[in-house]
Amino acid sequence: MAFISSGYNPDKPMEDRISDIGPRKYDEFYPPVIATNKGKWLYHEYLKPGVLVHVAESGDEVYTVRVGGARLMSVTHIREICEIADKHCDGYLRFTTRNNIEFMVDSKDKVDPLIKDLESRKFDGGSFKFPVGGTGSGITNIVHTQGWIHCHTPATDASGPVKAAMDVLFEDFQQHRMPAHVRVSLACCLNMCGAVHCSDIAILGYHRKPPMLDHEYLDKVCEIPLAIASCPTAAIKPAKVEIDGKKRNSVAVKNERCMFCGNCYTMCPSMPLADQEGDGIVLMVGGKVSNRISPPMFSKVVVAFIPNEPPRWPKTCETIQKIVEVYAANARKYERVGEWAERIGWERFFDKCELEFTHHLIDDFRDPAYSTWRQTSQFKF
Amino acid sequence: MAKHETPMLDQLESGPWPSFVSDLKQEAANRAKNEKNVEHQIPQDVVEDILGVLELSFKHGRTHWKHGGIVGVFGYGGGVIGRYCDQPETFPGVAHFHTMRIAQPGAKFYTTDYLKKLCDLWEFRGSGITNMHGSTGDIIFLGTTTPQLEEIFYELTHKHNQDLGGSGSNLRTPADCIGEARCQYSCYDTQALCYTLTQEYQDELHRPAFPYKFKFKFDGCPNGCVASIARADISFIGTWKDDIKVDQEAVQAYIGGEFLPNAGAHSGRDWGPFDIKKEVIDLCPTECMWMEGKTLKIDTKECNRCMHCINVMPRALRIGDDRGLSMLVGAKAPILDGAQMGSLLVPFIKAEDPYDEIKEVIEAIWDWWMEEGKNRERLGELIKRQGFQKLLEVTNIAPVPQHVQEPRTNPYIFWKEEEVEGGWDRDVNEFRKHHQR
Repeated sequence: MAFISSGYNPDKPMEDRISDIGPRKYDEFYPPVIATNKGKWLYHEYLKPGVLVHVAESGDEVYTVRVGGARLMSVTHIREICEIADKHCDGYLRFTTRNNIEFMVDSKDKVDPLIKDLESRKFDGGSFKFPVGGTGSGITNIVHTQGWIHCHTPATDASGPVKAAMDVLFEDFQQHRMPAHVRVSLACCLNMCGAVHCSDIAILGYHRKPPMLDHEYLDKVCEIPLAIASCPTAAIKPAKVEIDGKKRNSVAVKNERCMFCGNCYTMCPSMPLADQEGDGIVLMVGGKVSNRISPPMFSKVVVAFIPNEPPRWPKTCETIQKIVEVYAANARKYERVGEWAERIGWERFFDKCELEFTHHLIDDFRDPAYSTWRQTSQFKF
Repeated sequence: MAKHETPMLDQLESGPWPSFVSDLKQEAANRAKNEKNVEHQIPQDVVEDILGVLELSFKHGRTHWKHGGIVGVFGYGGGVIGRYCDQPETFPGVAHFHTMRIAQPGAKFYTTDYLKKLCDLWEFRGSGITNMHGSTGDIIFLGTTTPQLEEIFYELTHKHNQDLGGSGSNLRTPADCIGEARCQYSCYDTQALCYTLTQEYQDELHRPAFPYKFKFKFDGCPNGCVASIARADISFIGTWKDDIKVDQEAVQAYIGGEFLPNAGAHSGRDWGPFDIKKEVIDLCPTECMWMEGKTLKIDTKECNRCMHCINVMPRALRIGDDRGLSMLVGAKAPILDGAQMGSLLVPFIKAEDPYDEIKEVIEAIWDWWMEEGKNRERLGELIKRQGFQKLLEVTNIAPVPQHVQEPRTNPYIFWKEEEVEGGWDRDVNEFRKHHQR
């Protein structure tokens, strides 16, 4: 594999350099029906799960077929998406915020052939390449983070548990039987490069062991003051350690103060936390970002820990499925998971979902904790 | 024959949901076959090694990626995330495996022509594995070697008129909802504002000068499809001030069952006939709606624009015409001091090109945060530390009741000297003339 230059000259990096041009402008990529009717849409309808029609003032219609996608995607797969868009959609497509792919056509007769084509395509392993769904009062794609495929701080994988969970929730990806839409999200550590803290169901990777200290290298690869300052609970202090008779500057960690956030590891590679037994999953429930009926809400921790169980995370998936089923059977039409839990009371939520309530679920982190304890004699037995 | 055995990953090939394992395997096979004779600039079996190292992580329950490293393209401090494998001898193909963030177009519309060009570039100079898309919104190129970074950047900018996105302590690539492009709820042109601000602040996006990351997200309406209120340091949420437009005939069509409520979103179950009182009027959070005979009435002044009635009856109810947006600030995930939702700073502002008023607010916030923010302190944490009043002061915004959920429950007001008649300088001897020690 011989090196092939792009034209870049490493001796003169500024020569002919183009920078600060930003992304391609959005309107270069609008399908004609979108460009013509932008800002003039009248209404939309779900014709069936995964299929939308938007009708414009002009009478124009755009039919959208939404399909699920693993956000981890090869160029071969993207080329296949392009092939479909070339065949059915005049070479246009879009992706959604939740990693779905949307194929748009400008007349109804193009919808069925498109769906037929999409549904006919499967991977060699048997899974659908382009399952149609992800709309309305169903369960759409799980937004997620990198996990073990490419990140240095995760406490769980991302693509693996997402695949396992979506297999379990698959029927509801293709249905509209939920009381309201259910948003499931996964973040593989609490840096949360996805916004899982406001999801109906959040799957969160978490560590449970304080950092190990690689004293021999710590002072060489880390700025000790930065590592100390990074700790939100002030559990890290400077320390001198002796290795092979040599005094070295390092740090000491007050383990009982550690909340396992991993912020020190972000600042200092000599403080790794990851551990097969220590790491696992926290389940959080009842968040939302929409302002519909009730204001946006944070998700609440309802299961403090489930061990990582690759490759299919059965306990995590089973618990999610249980919560979804109890919600579907009990919530009122339009009621989100969090609204339902608040209406019936969280004590009833644990009851109905048959989840054990443990001391871990009572907030003891700083000021906001107090407001989550019960300051009333109103409660249910 | 696969280079590495992957018995655990293989179990993720079954089941209906698209299998990323099958996709990785198909890419590994594509590279091995190389029908188009691509002169791969990084190891041809790189995807085999991705599968191998991921299998090892499944076995160990731990990641095998090291901390980042300082790699990037000349003149930028973001857009590339250094990544090295901690088992390079076993998986040499991914020993150096850096991420590149490619700034995505607004609302993630694409032409196939453009996507195919990106695919060709990434197959040639990288692993051929992507994220479509990363959490912030960028197209993510997963895995290439250091010598390829400048080459890829050169090709992106010279051949594809395409720049990198943000990473590190700078403005992250802004992201928007589909907005007016295909949604009747959008109260402003999310793509236009997102693009304008992205272009205006290219320097802030590429060259880290901030205490920490900073995110803009643009939601066209209070439904919040890009979750700006949960994750953007400045969240731009479309809203309006005048009446919801009502088509009374269409209201009757919903009542009569001619139109499906919620645009057919509940079609998977028999919820019984549509009941406008139960499903709309009684669920209105401000109780500002009622029926007078066959006419739906809305007391606009009392409406808080939650979108519920419009969502349920999109063919009958439409957003008003006096449109703009609300700016909320300080949202973030839990690291470090707990999660924060965006707090309302600007209740209403017009979103019209060239958006000067919006830029003024942004720049006032940045001036303050860059001056006062500590290393790795998000805007929301600074607001908590110095107070919401301080934010109002630096942005020169007058306090209004809309800023709070409720007024404070303690009287510990930090009065300023100039607010108190006569100031704070007093003569204790004069005081003692009337009050013995």
